[in-house]
This record gives sequence, structure tokens and C-alpha cells, in this order.
Amino acid sequence: MQKKFKIEVDCANCAVKIEQAIQKLPGVNSASVSFMAQKMVLDAEDDKFDEVLKAAVKAARRVEPDFEIEL
Amino acid sequence: MTKKQKKTLRRILIAAALYLTAAILTRVVPLPGLANLAIFLVPYLVIGYDVLRKAVLGIVHGEVFDENFLMAVATVGALALGEYSEAVAVMLFYQVGELFQSYAVGKSRQSISDLMDIRPDSANLERPDGTVEPVDPDDVPVGAVLVVRPGEKVPIDGIVVEGESTLNTAALTGESKPRYVRPGEEIISGCVNGEGLLRLRTTKLYGQSTVAKILDMVENSSLKKARAENFITRFAHYYTPAVCLGALVLAVLPPLVLGGGWGEWISRALTFLVISCPCALVISIPLSFFGGIGGASRCGILVKGGNDLESLAHIDTVVFDKTGTLTKGTFAVAQVSPAPGIGREELLEQAALAESFSSHPISKSLREAAGALDTRRAANAREIAGQGVCTRVDGHTVLAGNARMMETQRIDYRPDNGVGTVVYVARDGEFLGSVLIADEIKENAKAAIDGLRAARVRTVMLTGDSEAVAGRVGEALGLDEVHAQLLPDGKVQRVEALMANRTGRGKLAFAGDGINDAPVLMRADVGIAMGAMGSDAAIEAADVVLMDDDPAKITLAMGIARKCMRILYENIVFALGVKAVCLILGAMGIANMWSAVFADVGVMVLAVLNAMRMLAVKKS
Repeated sequence: MQKKFKIEVDCANCAVKIEQAIQKLPGVNSASVSFMAQKMVLDAEDDKFDEVLKAAVKAARRVEPDFEIEL
Repeated sequence: MTKKQKKTLRRILIAAALYLTAAILTRVVPLPGLANLAIFLVPYLVIGYDVLRKAVLGIVHGEVFDENFLMAVATVGALALGEYSEAVAVMLFYQVGELFQSYAVGKSRQSISDLMDIRPDSANLERPDGTVEPVDPDDVPVGAVLVVRPGEKVPIDGIVVEGESTLNTAALTGESKPRYVRPGEEIISGCVNGEGLLRLRTTKLYGQSTVAKILDMVENSSLKKARAENFITRFAHYYTPAVCLGALVLAVLPPLVLGGGWGEWISRALTFLVISCPCALVISIPLSFFGGIGGASRCGILVKGGNDLESLAHIDTVVFDKTGTLTKGTFAVAQVSPAPGIGREELLEQAALAESFSSHPISKSLREAAGALDTRRAANAREIAGQGVCTRVDGHTVLAGNARMMETQRIDYRPDNGVGTVVYVARDGEFLGSVLIADEIKENAKAAIDGLRAARVRTVMLTGDSEAVAGRVGEALGLDEVHAQLLPDGKVQRVEALMANRTGRGKLAFAGDGINDAPVLMRADVGIAMGAMGSDAAIEAADVVLMDDDPAKITLAMGIARKCMRILYENIVFALGVKAVCLILGAMGIANMWSAVFADVGVMVLAVLNAMRMLAVKKS
């Protein structure tokens, strides 16, 4: 399942780092974080999507404490 | 400005005022060192607490090397060395730079969404009882009736049921020529209604409508990253630890070797850290791509991602499909050759009447050429497979068909060797003449090919048509290569062969109208779908979508892509160059922390401004 989220990241570099951090998480098929569009696309397995999303947000906050996401 | 930016601005102003007060106070009143520190700490914490917090959190989370870390180490170090004023100033300038950057990025985001101002705010839904009420376009079901008033955007794709008007498609295609519509015609969302009132029946949901698809594509384009963007990430991965190591070496090694002078070398190392901040580079790359994609979409060119824009810039071969791409794909009468004693009009009229029951494109073009006719004059049309039609016209038997028909009916006809489809016409066994029907070349096709040649791009045409037709089109347009009589999978093979035989790193683009050529669009490095308004399959398969079917847009798209890449390289070279020079100056002790901050913020401002040039793409 693929879902799109509106996010808030303040720097381009953090967006890239967040993207890489999320891509490494288990259960994530693919992830993309756009600094310019302030959007994130997460593709993860259907049955575990919510868990993966939670882990993704956690990973993002590790990189950028100010990371915000609209769920 | 957003709330966050306003807050930062307030903090900057307060901190600046506190900083000035502290600077004046410490000059006027001689105070012991610790009191000085306390006075400067106030503005320092006001402006820098978030940087410090993020730096600490970064270390806790194992994400050590980022901008916050660099700034925190540099300023805390400066404080430790007793350079209180410098520490506050560096933090202040850093925040001003960040604010400017966030403002500039916000601005360009805004101008792109303005460019793509095609999103309808509401739809005027007509209820069964005739009342009209504005609703959210998302809530409109398929088959509902909408009212589009003059000046309003068409919110959802549909068919006109009542009213006539002209539609302005400029926001979608970049083309300002209005389109005239009347009942029965399909219209797509995103067009702006002219002076007439239209009632339309929706054929799609908002989410599946053209306007939603386009917006989705533009918004998602920055999620598909280009190689250049990944390069910067990889670069930053090694760069930041490398400069930190460099700073450490600079602080420790010279005093150990040369002996003494620790303060001086540590100060140089801190300056080195401030300079090394890679913000300019990191911000300007996504900004350039975003601007390029936004600028292109204003011209009716939708690029699906940064990687596609990058490929567009490196195209050295463009392969065209013929029908619908270089030619109009509609048939028109090219030549009328009546037999001796027969009038031109008479021949066309007989042919058109004989074919009046057929919906074949050839018959349509005959009827268009003949003008309005009373079809009641024709009756008993009978199709002879593979030959043509036999129809009673005004009580006579009229035959219209190919050479085989003339031969089987034993008619003494004059063969026509023109390029295209020839329709022979005979009445009661007497030959009336022949009509040559050919596909027309698009007006802009020649300009498109000339433009590509000027950019030193090889042009190739593939077609399922005969050698004769292909040769004529190829010659008229001046194409480098023409391959005719290809089946659909033959086109894929031909494109693969071209890609396998290429020399150098140039990319190959395939331009087609999206009908039957989705596999080739996917196979090519860059698939360009033309005239794709409303064609879902083409939008899916292609990397670049031209909203109208003007082949000259390919040259324009390549121009935009090349400009974007040029700006990108300018920024990379400029930012890295200035950094390198400043790093050396800093290490040598020539540049102090003040100039370091100016170098950092200044380079970033210039890089951002340069990237924003991409937004100002000329329309043609």
C-alpha cells in the first residue's frame, strides 16, 4: 500500500536524511521525502502499515526533531 | 511569511537588540570576564537555543554531523575562547540566512502553485429540482449535471449538454488559442470557460479528472529524484565528517608541531567549521529542479520527475512516431484527378455520396472535401470487403474503391501513383477519376525538426506506413533516418537497437501520441507523450507529457532542461569553489569568523537566487 502525507521539514538535507533513514526500516518497500513539495510517500506492506508509519515518524524525528506530519 | 518564519524574525530582532545593548554595555562599563560572558549569553541563547537543542539531540540520536552541530561547536568554542561577540554574531547571521532560505523556498513553492492555478475551488451542482448549489468537487458523482458560469474553471471532465462557449486552455497547454465547444463535446477540467454558460454532465470523478491528475503529477515530481540530487546526499555523507576531521587536525596538529598558540589554532579551526557548512549546495539543487519542473508545466510540458528533467537535458536522439506526432493523423483530400470531361466537384460529390454511409476516416475526409450534401440521394450502400463500396446515387450505380475494385468490375481506369490512399470512382461502369487522400504534416513539425537539428540531435521516424508515405514525410521534414512498415513490436525492437548502438552517454527519447505506443514510451530513456489531454494510458506510460500535440514543444522542453542543468552546475561549482577558497583562507588565519559567516550566508543567497531563475521560463 502506498500513501502520501503532508509533512513539515525545514531543511533540504534533513529531508534526504529522513528519506534514507525510512528506507532502511524493515517493512518499507520504498519511501520518498520531498523538501520542496513538503510531502512524503510511504510504500509499505498492507498489514503492517500503521506500525511501519509509526516507526517512520520516529526515525524522522531522530534526524530532525522538528519533523511534523499530518496523519 | 508563515507563523514559524515570523517567530524566527521576532527572535532575530530581539536577539539583535540584546546583542547591541550587550556590545555597548561591555564597551562603556568595564566588567570582569564572567560578567561579560553572562551579558552576551542572553542574546546567544535567545537566538541559538534551538540550534543547541538540535545539536544535542543529534548527538544523542547518533546523527552527529549536521549544520546544527557545526554551528554549535563553532559558537560554543568561540565562547570558550572568550570571543563572546563573535559567537553571538555567527549565530545571528546563521539564523538570518536560514530565515532567508526558508522565505525564498516558500516563495518559489508559492509561485509554482500559482502557475498551476487550475485547481477548482468548488463545482456548481445542479439538483434534480433545478436548484444550483456550490459543492466540493470531490463530492460530485459521475453523471451529475454541473453548471459552469462564464469565467469559471471547468471543475470535472464531462460532456457539454447545453450551451456554447469558448474554452481557454492556456493554463493546461500554455496555448492561448481558445477552443470553441458546443453540446455533445467532451471537455476536460482545468480549462477556463469563456463568455457562455455551460451545463455539463460529468464523466469522471474529480480524482480521476484531468486537473487532479495533472496536479498530482506536478506535486509528485519532486519525489522522483534526479541523480544530481543523490550525488549531493552522497557528497554530504563524506563531506561533513571530513571537514570535522580537518578542523580537529587544524586545531591540534600545528600547536603540537610548532609548539604553543593553542587559542589561535582552535579559533582557526572553528572558522573552518563555520565555512564548511554545506547549506547552499544542499538547498539549491532541489530548488532548481522544482523550478524547472514548475516552469515547464506552465508551458504545457509536464515532467514527471527530476530524473526525467535530467535525462531530457542529455538527449541526443529523438525517435518520432509518424501518425499523430509529426502528422495530424487525420486524413484529408490531397489531390483530385477527374477523368476527361468530368468536373472536379462532380467527382468529389459522387465519391462522397457513395461513401456517405461509412464512418471510415477516408470516407469522412471525402465528405469534408465535398461540403454539405443531401445524403438522401444515396441508397443501398453495399460494402465489398477489401475493395470499397457500391452505392446507388441518384439512381445510378456508383463504385468507390481501390484499384482491385476497378479491375474486378472491369472498369477502364487510369492508375494514380500518388503517395497515400487512392479512391477510384466509377458510375455505371464509366470511370470518373480518382481522389488521393493523405495524412497531413503538422504545421510545427518542420520547425520542431529544425530546432532539434540546430541542437545537434539526431532525428528518427518510425512508422507502420508504407515506404513511399514515410519517405515523402521524411524528405519534407528533413529527418535523419526513416524506418517504415514496422509493426508495433517492431518499433520497440527498433528503439532497442538504436539504444544498443549508441555511442557516448546521450539519451534517447521517443515521442508518440500515446495510442498503441505505450511499450515504446516505457522502453525509451525518455518517453514523451503528445496531445495527452485526457489520455490516461499515455500519461501513465510517459516520462514527459505534452499537453497539446505540438512537436515543437520537445525542443522547448529540452531547452528548459538544459537551462536547469546549467544552473545546477553553476551552483555546485560556485558553492564548492567559494567554500574551498574560504577554507584555505580560514586555515591560514586570513579569514576570521565574521567573514566565514558572510561567505556561508552569501553563497547560499546567491545560489538560491540563481536557482529561482528557473521559475522565469519564457513561454516559447
